[in-house]
Amino acid sequence: MKLLNFFRRPNTTAPVARERLQLLLAHERAVSGKSDLIAILQEEIMAVIAKHFPVEQEGIKIKMERGEVVSTLEVEVEIPTPMCPSFPLPPKPMAAAIDPSEAEAFEDEQELAQTGS
Amino acid sequence: MAKVLVVTSGKGGVGKTTSTAALGAALASSGKNVVLIDFDVGLRNLDLVMGAERRVVYDLINVVQGDAKLAQALIRDKRLPTLSLLPASQTRDKDALTDEGVSKVIGELKEKFDWVICDSPAGIERGATLAMRHADVAIVVTNPEVSSVRDSDRIIGLLDSKTERAEKGERVEKHLLLTRFDAVRAGRGEMLNVADVLEILSIPLLGIIPESSEVLRASNLGSPITLNNPASAAARAYFEAARRLNGEALDVIVPSDRKSLFGKIFGRRAA
Repeated sequence: MKLLNFFRRPNTTAPVARERLQLLLAHERAVSGKSDLIAILQEEIMAVIAKHFPVEQEGIKIKMERGEVVSTLEVEVEIPTPMCPSFPLPPKPMAAAIDPSEAEAFEDEQELAQTGS
Repeated sequence: MAKVLVVTSGKGGVGKTTSTAALGAALASSGKNVVLIDFDVGLRNLDLVMGAERRVVYDLINVVQGDAKLAQALIRDKRLPTLSLLPASQTRDKDALTDEGVSKVIGELKEKFDWVICDSPAGIERGATLAMRHADVAIVVTNPEVSSVRDSDRIIGLLDSKTERAEKGERVEKHLLLTRFDAVRAGRGEMLNVADVLEILSIPLLGIIPESSEVLRASNLGSPITLNNPASAAARAYFEAARRLNGEALDVIVPSDRKSLFGKIFGRRAA
């Protein structure tokens, strides 16, 4: 085997360096491209959704992927249902933002759920 | 129309100051009026590489703060009358540099010179961002080595976001200067080759400076390599890079001091 190794090309490390760099930089570019834009988007999207649904700040995930031709923005919002143990969310500030009729509807559903069980 | 050029890299020790001196002297010897500004406040070295260390009286911070006039602080090169140097302060803190102050100094220099070349400090802090702030053209100095390439990528990101041009929605013209390149080792696959670095950083190539003992000899003597040994491979590469900066379209080759097995044409043009 040693003889075989002797005839092979000496260890070429440059291709390894190149691959490691390409992987790392693809990741770093995505992260640094995120910057403040994603944080601002997250805040503003939350504000809009919170007007209509009782959602928590952590219930939103925003991901941006930059492609060569198009980039995609992926927004994932968790909206708790009455079945969710934490359902009536911290009421005061959020409830004010909810349309009163809708809030009632939620309460009704909750009662139903409770009587049902 | 004067052009502001920043020589930057992120990583230290890759050859920013050496390249600033060599390119500045090459441009000046082609008849352009050139001023070199050292932005490395507290760790100035351009004066030393240029052999002007004993002639520094006032510096960039004195001018920014109004303690000295620009004309008092500029040091004219003794070898090339078209080449001047504005040294950095060795004692002061880089916080003494203000955006408005730097902007004013660069504005004044643009009226007197064809090229205003800013030698950036390493890093991505205030000194480096101020050096690139007003740039029209940027040279990203990179060694064929992983940490240097990564830092260059970061600097390219900053050139596209933190410069005055970027904020106005314009582009800074960016060029790659690959320094300390060893064609033999790259050929054996022991070192990133030119195509690898270009593919990863994807900015046009301005030149390839071969690793050469002549570079150290020149800085030992306090003379840009393009003046100290203009016939050396490294100096020829800098002269060609300077011609490309002036808009000439020349093929980029790897110059060699040995007889030319490795002086092969890469068939690339600088944009």
